Amino acid sequence: MSGIHDIQKNLSDDFSLLANWEEKYEYLIEMGMEMPAMKPESKVDENLVRGCQSSVWFDVNCQDGMIVFEADSDSLVVKGMVAMLHKLLNNQPAKDVLDAELSVFEELGLWRHISSQRSNGLTAMVAHLKAEAADCLAK
Amino acid sequence: MSKDILSAKADFPLLKQTINDHPLVYLDNAATTQKPQVVIDSLVDYYSRLNANIHRGNHSLAVQATEAYEGARRKVAGYINAEYNHEVIFTRGTTESINLVAFTYGEKFVQPGDEIIVSQLEHHSNYVPWKLMCQRRGATFRVLPFDEHGELDLALFERMLNEKTRLVAINHVSNSLGTVNPVAEIIRLAHAREIPVLVDAAQSVQHVAHDVQSMDADFYVFSGHKMYGPMGIGIFYGKEKWLEVLPPFLSGGEMIDTVTPEKVTFNVLPFKFEAGTPNVAQAIGLGVAVDYLQQFDSLELQKYEEDLLAYGLSLLAEIPDLVIYGDPKHRSGILPFNVNGIQHYDMGVLLDTMGIAVRTGQHCTQPIMDALRVSGTVRASLALYNDRSDMDRLAYGIKRAIKMLKR
Repeated sequence: MSGIHDIQKNLSDDFSLLANWEEKYEYLIEMGMEMPAMKPESKVDENLVRGCQSSVWFDVNCQDGMIVFEADSDSLVVKGMVAMLHKLLNNQPAKDVLDAELSVFEELGLWRHISSQRSNGLTAMVAHLKAEAADCLAK
Repeated sequence: MSKDILSAKADFPLLKQTINDHPLVYLDNAATTQKPQVVIDSLVDYYSRLNANIHRGNHSLAVQATEAYEGARRKVAGYINAEYNHEVIFTRGTTESINLVAFTYGEKFVQPGDEIIVSQLEHHSNYVPWKLMCQRRGATFRVLPFDEHGELDLALFERMLNEKTRLVAINHVSNSLGTVNPVAEIIRLAHAREIPVLVDAAQSVQHVAHDVQSMDADFYVFSGHKMYGPMGIGIFYGKEKWLEVLPPFLSGGEMIDTVTPEKVTFNVLPFKFEAGTPNVAQAIGLGVAVDYLQQFDSLELQKYEEDLLAYGLSLLAEIPDLVIYGDPKHRSGILPFNVNGIQHYDMGVLLDTMGIAVRTGQHCTQPIMDALRVSGTVRASLALYNDRSDMDRLAYGIKRAIKMLKR
């Protein structure tokens, strides 16, 4: 399992090969489609973050000091963003999740589309993951 | 000789830019229109040459600024064919204008048990202020539904009118579906029972008929920024007989006549409703936008926009799995749609990557979305500077997005 920093570097390299916005989004959507499906029993209302325009399901757990999470969205674009987060932070030590500096979204310019999406915003998702990581460390 | 409509695009500097490496196709005009260079210049010119507080000073600048501001009022009054210039009140926009009527008319004329009628096609800004006013006054809030075509049923409307009805508030054009409502007929039916009607003209004043006397509207409200003018300025038109009897909305400077500890008397119209320093530059800018619009032949413009909408709708209708919402006999400026199996938000984001700006979501009309049983729609909306190439790009973009999302 590579560290968050290396995964971020790889993602950034992958995206830099894509010529335009359409291809970047195409790649992002593909990533969403390839993300492991969320277990039906996790896709419940208490894990639902209802946004203005799309919904996200998010189930985060702490397992032996590692952050393990599942996620889904009814929007394929949002799901792609979530899949990137999943690639970066799933199954990583809680300490690393807490300390992670995620520059890749900003670097790729994807940030501006998603962060305005209120509670669905990437910022909120990252904050939620970091809060869970802090809890996990405290255990 | 009126101005050629196809020359309009060149007058709008913002439209010349590229977005996400594509030439911009701006189709979010129902949210706000872009501004022609003359309107942008008028704002700079005002602050460079004319700025002073109006109606107060008697130095030269104050006199000139006042004259320019009052000139803008006359232009707007002319544009909507108000009988008197003082029936035109400057506000911040449609929302403030509707709140002004809801508060003042509600306070003066609405008692417990009275009824207010709005339609199910209203934007929240012509829905919520009336709902809240009814709660404050103990009145009943009634909603005229729309049918499967996205149209209002006049026979049903007539049956809803009764001796308890105090006011009808209705839009001329729906911001979500583009339905052109028969406001003149609605007003005639309401007036037969001496019930006043407020027309929300935010989506109509720049596109379809806008003669307040011919439709006989009691109140007629709209925003400057949706008709090529600046943001932060709007209009509240009221018939003189109503403006005379309504109490003031906001109070303070300008709106008063005499002030003593015992008694305050109010200024004459229109100043009674314009407390405080108004948005002078924006009002002047709106006047310039009216001048700009009036260079075109209004019937020719209406025909041009109708043809363009029909062309756009015909392109969309050919796309498999695309659903167009409503099919009213008369529609203006709005292409509301979804593609089966695709989130409206995803469609909006992908169109944006191709430089096409549309709006997605509920468009501040939750009652309409509930009736359509959707969480939202994609809405492309037109302005006079759009042309067939924009519709072609939209249709191509939708097909491209479908390919990206349905694999």
